[in-house]
Amino acid sequence: MRIWPLIWLLAAALTVSACSPIGPPQAGGGGMEMEDGMSMDMSGGSMAADSLEAQTTENGHFKVGAVSRLDPVVINETHSWTLHIETADGNPVTDAEITIDGGMPEHNHGFPTAPRVTENLGEGKYLLEGMRFNMGGAWVLTLEISSGGESDTVTFEFELK
Amino acid sequence: MRGRLVAGASLALIVLAATILILTGVVDAGNVGAAVRGVFSSSAGGRGGGLLSGPEAAHSWSEAERGIIASLSLDRLPPLPPDPSNAYGDSPDAAALGHALFFDSGLSPDGTVACSTCHQPQSYFSDGKALANVRDSDTPRHTPTIVGIAYSDWFYWDGRKDSQWAQALAPQEAAIEHGGTRTAHARYVLEKFGSQYEAVFGPAPDLSDRSRFPPDAAPVEDERRLAAWEGMTEADRGAINRVFANIGKSIAAYSRRILPGRSRFDDYAAAALVNDRKRMAELFSAEEAEGLRLFIGEGQCTDCHNGPLFTNGTFHNIGLPLPEGSRFDQGRSLGTLQVVEDVFNCLGEFSDAGEEACVELRFIKLEGEELIGAFKVPGLRSVAETAPYMHNGIFPDLEAVMRHYNHAPPAFPGHSDLVPLAFTEGQSEAVIAFLLTLSAPPDAPAEFLRPPANQE
Repeated sequence: MRIWPLIWLLAAALTVSACSPIGPPQAGGGGMEMEDGMSMDMSGGSMAADSLEAQTTENGHFKVGAVSRLDPVVINETHSWTLHIETADGNPVTDAEITIDGGMPEHNHGFPTAPRVTENLGEGKYLLEGMRFNMGGAWVLTLEISSGGESDTVTFEFELK
Repeated sequence: MRGRLVAGASLALIVLAATILILTGVVDAGNVGAAVRGVFSSSAGGRGGGLLSGPEAAHSWSEAERGIIASLSLDRLPPLPPDPSNAYGDSPDAAALGHALFFDSGLSPDGTVACSTCHQPQSYFSDGKALANVRDSDTPRHTPTIVGIAYSDWFYWDGRKDSQWAQALAPQEAAIEHGGTRTAHARYVLEKFGSQYEAVFGPAPDLSDRSRFPPDAAPVEDERRLAAWEGMTEADRGAINRVFANIGKSIAAYSRRILPGRSRFDDYAAAALVNDRKRMAELFSAEEAEGLRLFIGEGQCTDCHNGPLFTNGTFHNIGLPLPEGSRFDQGRSLGTLQVVEDVFNCLGEFSDAGEEACVELRFIKLEGEELIGAFKVPGLRSVAETAPYMHNGIFPDLEAVMRHYNHAPPAFPGHSDLVPLAFTEGQSEAVIAFLLTLSAPPDAPAEFLRPPANQE
C-alpha cells in the first residue's frame, strides 16, 4: 500500500507538467498576460507571446500597449516594437513624446542597447527600435509619456524563460 | 476500498496524461516510462537521480531543462547571415585573397607579423599566451579566438569595432602589433595581389606617385606617419582608405568562414531533445551531465553564456583581478566612444550597409554604470583549447576561472554581475568536465586551416 502516495505524487506531477512550462511572470502586479496563448518553449530565452497587454499609466492619464515585431521575442536579437497609446477614455494619442528605460532590476543592469522611439506611425502608434534582451529572467520596460501637457509613466514587467 | 479507488483514479490519470503526451508528440511511446520518471524527479527538485538508477540516472532532464540544453546546441545556430557592411563577405575570390593576407607577414614593416601570428589555426585561432605578445612585448589584452566570431555584433573585448572587416584593420596599424601603415599595406597588397584585388574590387588606384602616396602614412600616434597622412589630399586619403577597407573586407571574407565544429555536447543535446537516455549515457559521463546540470541550473551560467555559441554577445563586468602592475581597463565604456567615432564603422562611407542595416550601432548603449570595466562575453565552444582566460589573460586554466566564479569578489570600479557560486570542488570539476565536451575542431574548408600552398 505504501506505493499509493507515490502514485498520487506522480499523478499530481504529471498533471502539472501537462501544462506548458511558460507561465505569466513571477513578478507581481502589473505583470504581462500572454495574449496569444501558451506554447512549448525550447529556445532557452523567449517570451511566450509577442505583446504586452495594455496597461494604464501610473496616474491614469494614458493606456499603453506594446506589440513586438519579433515573434516570438527571443534573446540576443535586436528588434522593434509598436507602441499603442490612448487617452484614458480611449482616444489615440498622436503627439506623444516617449522616453524609454528598463532592464533587469534583479541583475542591476539596463537593456544592452539604447532603444528609442524613432517614428510616429499615426493613430496613436509609435515605432520603438533597438530593443534587445540578453538573458532569460525578469525584465521591466518603463515608458515615460508626455502629451497635451501631461506626463505619466508606465512600467511593464515580464519574464523571458 | 477507498484506497483502491484513489489508486485506480491515479492510475487512470497517469495513463491519460501519458496518452496526451504521446498524442501531442511530446514524447514517443517508447519513452513514456522515462518521461514519467523525468517529471517526477524534476518535480521533486531532483538532481538527476529521481527514481532512476544505473548509468542513465544522471541523464534525467525535465522538459524545461531539455529546452535549455537544446537552445545551446549547434543545431540551433542559424546559417551565417550576410554582413551588410561587407558586400564582398561571401565572395569566394575575396575569401581566397583574405586567406592569403591572413597568413602574410608582409603586412608588417619588418615582415614578422601576420594575423596568424596571434590567431593560430593549430590553437583554435588563439595563441596560448596570457596577453597577445608580438616582438617580445605584451599588448594589454588576451588574444581571443576568431572561430564563430562572424556571428558577433561587436569586435575586440571592448567592442570598439562593429564589423569583422573593420576589426581586421586596426592591428595592422597598432604599433605593438603589426606596426604598419595603411599606405604601406595598400601598396604591398596592390603590388603583390593586384590582379586578385581587381578581380574582386574593380580597378585599383595608381599609387606609384610617392609624393602623393607616401610610403608610411597613417592617422596614428607616430608623428612622422601622422604628418605624412595629414599632408595628403582628402581624395588621396580616401583612395587609400578604400583599399585599406577592402583589405579588411577580404580578410573578413576569409575569417567569417571559420565556424565552430560539432562537439560531443551537440550530439548529447540532440539525444536530450528526444529524451534518449541510453544515447545520452553513451555520450556523457555522469560527471559531465552533472556539470551541464550545474551550468544551466544553479550556476546560472546561461544568463550570459547562452545560445549555440554560449555567449549573449554583450558586455559584463565580472570583477576580474588586474594583472600585476597594470592599470584599470575601462573596457566597454571606452569601446563605445571609439566605435561611434570609427571612420570604418557601419555608418561610415566605407561600409556597404544602408543606415537601416546598422541597427547595433544606431542603438548602441553609450551610458550606464554597467559599461564600466565590462568586456565582451566570450563564447565557450572549444574553451579548453583557448587558455589562458579573460580579456587580460589573468587565469591560466579553467580551474582558476572556477575559483573566481566561486568567490566572485566585488568589482571596483563598476559593479560585478556575478554572485558567488560557492560550488564544492566536485561541482567545480563537473562544470569543467562539461566544458571540455564543447571541444571540436573548427568547421571550415580544410585549406583555410593552414596557410595557402604558396605561402607555407
